[in-house]
Amino acid sequence: MSAASSASTGGPPAVPHLDVDPFAVAFFTDPFPTHDVLRDAGTVVYLDKWNVYGVARYAEVHAVLNDPATFCSSRGVGLSDFKKEKPWRPQSLILEADPPAHTRTRAVLSRVLSPTVMKQVRDRFAAAAEERVDVLLGKRSFDAIPDLAEAYPLSIFPDALGLKPEGREHLIPYASLVFNAFGPPNQLRQDAIERSAPHQAYIAAQCQRENLAPGGFGACIHARVDEGEITATEAPLLVRSLLSAGLDTTVNGIGAAVYCLARFPDQWQRLRDDPTLARNAFEEAVRFESPVQTFFRTTTREVELGGAVIGEGEKVLMFLGAANRDPRRWDEPDAYDITRRTSGHVGFGSGIHMCVGQLVARLEGEVILSALARRIARIEITGEPKRRFNNTLRGLDSLPITITPA
Amino acid sequence: MPAITFIHSGGNTDHIEASDGESAMQAATRHGLDGILAECGGNAMCATCHVYVDDGWLARLPAMADDEDALLDGAAAERTANSRLSCQIKITPELDGLVLRLPERQV
Repeated sequence: MSAASSASTGGPPAVPHLDVDPFAVAFFTDPFPTHDVLRDAGTVVYLDKWNVYGVARYAEVHAVLNDPATFCSSRGVGLSDFKKEKPWRPQSLILEADPPAHTRTRAVLSRVLSPTVMKQVRDRFAAAAEERVDVLLGKRSFDAIPDLAEAYPLSIFPDALGLKPEGREHLIPYASLVFNAFGPPNQLRQDAIERSAPHQAYIAAQCQRENLAPGGFGACIHARVDEGEITATEAPLLVRSLLSAGLDTTVNGIGAAVYCLARFPDQWQRLRDDPTLARNAFEEAVRFESPVQTFFRTTTREVELGGAVIGEGEKVLMFLGAANRDPRRWDEPDAYDITRRTSGHVGFGSGIHMCVGQLVARLEGEVILSALARRIARIEITGEPKRRFNNTLRGLDSLPITITPA
Repeated sequence: MPAITFIHSGGNTDHIEASDGESAMQAATRHGLDGILAECGGNAMCATCHVYVDDGWLARLPAMADDEDALLDGAAAERTANSRLSCQIKITPELDGLVLRLPERQV
């Protein structure tokens, strides 16, 4: 890895060029040393491998997220620039949109996933968490990724959406595809898109009004058509957003939390002593592991950022995971501390595009960690954890553990 | 710098200095105040920085936007006529002496 920059005479300082590939398996395996390099190289860096700018410090990541007029989303939040390239799927009406179009669709999803709605589903989510822990206590030794991190969200989220029982096996592969597709045209992205047809067909059908059970999040989105807030052609695409971003993210969030609590027994003990810390233990895991590692924006004009000048039409890669461990912002950034004041982390993003499902994620994380902490005395890692590689998502494929009942 | 008084649900009070232009939530979290969670970091998306504005101050605050209004319906503690989200209260010199009461719970 090398950093090359030259002192300039007058004008803005040169942006350091790095030969980092943040979409390579070697990087995914251990991104943290490279995050240090990226943050320390400058406020803004340039990645020659993919011809994009990058920001890895908290201040610049936060600034980019909160200036959507300059750093737009409508040209795609992956490497692909929709002004130059056709999107691989019909463009998202919320993730890949700017105000004013974004404002209307965002309002619909915000209301469908509001704090009021969370109060209504809380008991159901908590009961499912207890049931999941019942199953795990029966097994004692199991793989925490499929049996816990995947099984718990799968036991509630598809039902909450109102999905049909058939075909749900497409959900995680579809989400994995979506998050791989934000990356560059590497093997991960190409393989994912090549195999995408059956998953896309399932998702397209499942987003239709007649396939969504009454009372679920999906039906609630379609009901907004009757109020004139969105059109009948927009509603399925907004349901698609929940199917794309609502499951694999929480799987990786819960997986991250369990992995942290299994690795750091002192933090597990604190949670055991006070299970009301469950919600913050989840939030801190989102900061610490940053299940969504990166997103892109595209500049709409020439802009100065952190003293560097970026031209119009440039892709800017935000390293959310690096910002969440920036020592300029966080004390002891590499410590998992379940009592940390986590407010302000960018694991769910920030600004107008901040995760619209963040309340669902927190509710799931809280109730499952609370159930685990009340009923399990110890978690022991019993085999080598295996990582799952994705261009955007960070998480495990396998985490063998043994639990001891409380 | 404008001062804000936070009254906790148990009755004890904290007086903090806010910087001009920051929100009451930002001032509270910057001082490590318990009782304000601000899970979404000030994006008006979570309703965990709920406060009850003291009667005398309520009318002097900027009007409530629709999204704040909708979020307050889902706040963990009871919503009253004095309820606001502290991330939406921008502190100006005119708000020096503002008194905010904290609810029993934020989640």
